[in-house]
Amino acid sequence: MEIDFTHHQSAHCENGVVSNLMKHNGFSISEPMVFGIGSGLLFCYIPLLKVNHAPVITYRALPGHIFKKFAKRTGVKMKREKFKNPKDAKARLDENLEKNNPVGLQVGVYNLLYFPDEYRFHFNAHNMVVYGKQGDRYLISDPVMEDVTSLSEKELEKVRFAKGAFAPKGHMYYPISFPEKLELETAIVKGIKDTCKAMLAPVSFVGVKGIHKIAGLIRKWPKKKGIKTANHYLGQVVRMQEEIGTGGGGFRYIYAAFLQEAGKLLGNEKLIELSKEMTEIGDLWRDFALEASRIYKNRSAETDSYNKVADQLDHIADLEKVFFKKLKKAI
Amino acid sequence: MKKKEVPQDKSNLESANFRELCYAVDENGEYTTENSTGWEPKTVALKNAIEEINERTQNAKTRVIAGKTSPIEYYMELHKMDVGILASYVGFWQWKVKRHFKPSVFKKLSNKTLSKYAEVFDISIQELQNISK
Repeated sequence: MEIDFTHHQSAHCENGVVSNLMKHNGFSISEPMVFGIGSGLLFCYIPLLKVNHAPVITYRALPGHIFKKFAKRTGVKMKREKFKNPKDAKARLDENLEKNNPVGLQVGVYNLLYFPDEYRFHFNAHNMVVYGKQGDRYLISDPVMEDVTSLSEKELEKVRFAKGAFAPKGHMYYPISFPEKLELETAIVKGIKDTCKAMLAPVSFVGVKGIHKIAGLIRKWPKKKGIKTANHYLGQVVRMQEEIGTGGGGFRYIYAAFLQEAGKLLGNEKLIELSKEMTEIGDLWRDFALEASRIYKNRSAETDSYNKVADQLDHIADLEKVFFKKLKKAI
Repeated sequence: MKKKEVPQDKSNLESANFRELCYAVDENGEYTTENSTGWEPKTVALKNAIEEINERTQNAKTRVIAGKTSPIEYYMELHKMDVGILASYVGFWQWKVKRHFKPSVFKKLSNKTLSKYAEVFDISIQELQNISK
């Protein structure tokens, strides 16, 4: 069986699944709108945690949060289910497909065979939509892919029951009820306020302060950890910022797209102006990535070059501090 | 970023035949999307990360052959795992997995325990016990 479902490619999987499921139900909601209302933008250094033997920083809210906040703020009711037993998980999925209901699934990336090998890491917060089944194969709309794809029963079970941090446990979700009219205006204001609060939080590893914190760490890495490790760490920072799913510039461009769309919807010129400013900040993040790549490309670098990229980050942090203060006042 | 500046560098995406989506502004300053085949700074970062994993795997292999660790550590590295991830897949505590890295302990493991590891790594028990195969 195949549900009449339209696949739209998105930059990020979580926004993409929400946007595609909303569109399927007759609500035209863009990816940036989901991201903005769900307060997706963030900067956070996660102390003590290591992934691939390097420190972790994130440019976005925790997996699942964008979704939860978007639903709450727009009044959409979601059904979520997790499973202990893969058999139950499969039965519930099949049941929904029978009922012509495409569902969102949380999956692990490591066994996602249609991804290039190099991208298959133990990352468990990927999202996709299942929109049908033909024979033994589930029809998959993975928002980061250009086209739809498919997975066998066994392959799908493997990714739904991946283990490790954020283990999906068969997590399945879909909207069950919608308000008569989506109150986007109030949802946008709530989303923006929440993002400003997080970015300006008085916590050393979050938001603007978190960016300064990472800048400080980068200055120390070559002496404290040696060039090889410092470069490995720096490479991971750039990967978190630019890897598939960010839309470029650590989600700053998607956020700028949201501000532009929100400005038009609310008739708020200030938001449109701030969108331009966010784009410029995004460009600076790209410059930082480019400069950092020059360091880890050559593998031998002087402490001076680490200081230089750290200066770039400090500059970005200063700009974002001013930016989010202005944004807070603009709504 | 302007739409026409969205990088179109060669990258590993090519092997899976897809391009990722980026957000950028068009000539009128309106936000739009553009597909990208890749961007060199991140391709290099990814390449280095993969090399790092390959080094770790090679290093584990050398230590297995030298009798300093068990093949479990080698297969763990090969599958891009760390002790925490492996422990959650086999359902043991982390300290127990680390203990199984000891060649003397590994030799005495029951078939039941070995088969748990073999299943996670998608290999036979024989392959788990002898990595040169």
